[in-house]
Amino acid sequence: MNHPEPISALYGQSSEPSTMSRKKIGEVILDLQNISLRFGGVKALTDISFNVRAHEIRAIIGPNGAGKSSMLNVINGVYHPQDGKIFWHGEERKRMEPHMAAQQNIARTFQNIALFKGMSVLDNIMTGRITKMKANFLEHALWFGRARREELEHRQKVEEVIDFLEIQHIRKTPVGRLPYGLQKRVELGRALAAEPSMLLLDEPMAGMNVEEKQDMCRFILDVNDQFGTTIVLIEHDMGVVMDISDRVVVLDYGKKIGDGEPEEVKNNEDVIRAYLGAGH
Amino acid sequence: MLYREAGQFKTSYAADQQLFPIRQDRIGVLVLLAVAFLGVPLLASEYWFSAILIPFLIFALAALGLNILTGYAGQLSLGSAAFMAVGAYAAYNFQLRIEGLPLIASFICGGLTAAAVGILFGLPSLRIKGFYLAVATLAAQFFIVWCLTKFPWLSNNSSSGVISTQKLMLFGHELNTPVEKYLLVLGIVVVMALAAKNMVRSTTGRAWMAVRDMDVAASVIGIRLMPTKLLAFAVSSFYCGVAGALYAFCYLGSVEPDGFSLEMSFKILFMIIIGGVGSIMGSFLGAAFILLLPIFLDVALPFLAELFGLPFASATVSHIQILVFGALIMFFLIVEPHGLARLWQIAKEKLRLWPFPH
Repeated sequence: MNHPEPISALYGQSSEPSTMSRKKIGEVILDLQNISLRFGGVKALTDISFNVRAHEIRAIIGPNGAGKSSMLNVINGVYHPQDGKIFWHGEERKRMEPHMAAQQNIARTFQNIALFKGMSVLDNIMTGRITKMKANFLEHALWFGRARREELEHRQKVEEVIDFLEIQHIRKTPVGRLPYGLQKRVELGRALAAEPSMLLLDEPMAGMNVEEKQDMCRFILDVNDQFGTTIVLIEHDMGVVMDISDRVVVLDYGKKIGDGEPEEVKNNEDVIRAYLGAGH
Repeated sequence: MLYREAGQFKTSYAADQQLFPIRQDRIGVLVLLAVAFLGVPLLASEYWFSAILIPFLIFALAALGLNILTGYAGQLSLGSAAFMAVGAYAAYNFQLRIEGLPLIASFICGGLTAAAVGILFGLPSLRIKGFYLAVATLAAQFFIVWCLTKFPWLSNNSSSGVISTQKLMLFGHELNTPVEKYLLVLGIVVVMALAAKNMVRSTTGRAWMAVRDMDVAASVIGIRLMPTKLLAFAVSSFYCGVAGALYAFCYLGSVEPDGFSLEMSFKILFMIIIGGVGSIMGSFLGAAFILLLPIFLDVALPFLAELFGLPFASATVSHIQILVFGALIMFFLIVEPHGLARLWQIAKEKLRLWPFPH
């Protein structure tokens, strides 16, 4: 992941083309084959296949109701597709429960902020490291030995995430009191605290102003760049998607209508029709 | 000016994570403990111990147990009194049937039995939430009381399930004065409150609160819902169970199953609502409020009546007492739904800045 340019070269420059040229994209780590998902008679996803390579930023786009969030929920085990196969690091994945995704180093954020409202920023991010903490409740009750040691060790890691996201000043604030943009950032922090190898972001920039979007883009690129985290993101802002993603998959009515590098997708007839309507 | 953390710099995470990070709080708690352990036994009268302080501590412990389940893990329960009954009867039976079992050990066994029963009645929580779960825990309330009346073995074949607890023997010494009982209860309550505080400020508590606030996100993070909820039921019932054992052994001395009624469960629920849902200190404040207010009104109302020269009838006083009590609960729910603990927190925040407005 070493490259000559300073990281600051990426900061806030949304006009810059894809970062693909400057980083090393690995092999396929997640391969989805012919995924179909139905809720009763409603077909959320129909026969969708695509893959995600290590260290890339993979965007999923599509109009509302296209099945983008369902796709993420399939990837991290919240929904179970009726048909299709999922290969994770080359191995076929059996039916899995949501908590198993965390054990496989997949973290995610949600479209509607899903922070733990009653807890402080620090506690929210600490919760992100829960799978890495081994002490049991009796050790916690006594605040002794492993429990105490773990709290300190993981606090150190969490503080690194807090520094990375520049939210030091709000670490003790209950998240319910924070403005929307910061809540989104804290949620990213909670996902990052797990040190995931794959990060699923469900509309990380929805409802943000330009400045907040720039910050968020910078954080996403930095995460990808510094930690080599593979990122799968859903986003509606086409400017952002085209700028930061390496490859884009386009869904419409639960079907895949486009897949490829941003330039390719942008000029795809089906994609243009889905976004702008027929007869255009 | 007295309560301010300015100048108290933290140079390590250990210092930042300690139980009371602000020095004034540390001093305050130490003073409070010193008063409770040393001052009160010297000053208080026998009536205070047996009618006010001991029941206050026991109900605070039960409220703490319910607060762990409802306040921290977000699972509504109406079975607290039933779990207290399990603790009381189990401790009695362990003491009765195992020769020479130390008193504290039988309290712990009583708590563990209540924890096991709690897990059993917590199983529906995996499928149902909120009010529906509360109705499911009502089953515990009725079933356990019925069970204790129905099976004479549980009460050593006494009539109508009444048990008279054994002598309180601690290290070969019999505790029979109210002061000694008070100190025993106080010691147990302090240790258990400290353990609860430690649990809720570490991963266990964060997992509970995560399940309470957003269960889908919690499971995606890697929290397994079933063990987390059942642990909350177990720990909560353990606390209620120990409180029940203390209630029987140190407070009343003889209890019957019907004493652990639904009304008592509601009383404990009101304690945490008034005191503060999701706060350790709130459990204590709520217990104090619910137990002391009637006593206070008992004293204050006749005094007021006399002051204004109104005719004084004891029936009127008890009616007014219920009236005032209900009104105060409604007042609290509207004005401060987060309870007395929240008021205390606001006061501390204000005090930190005082005399400046912000």
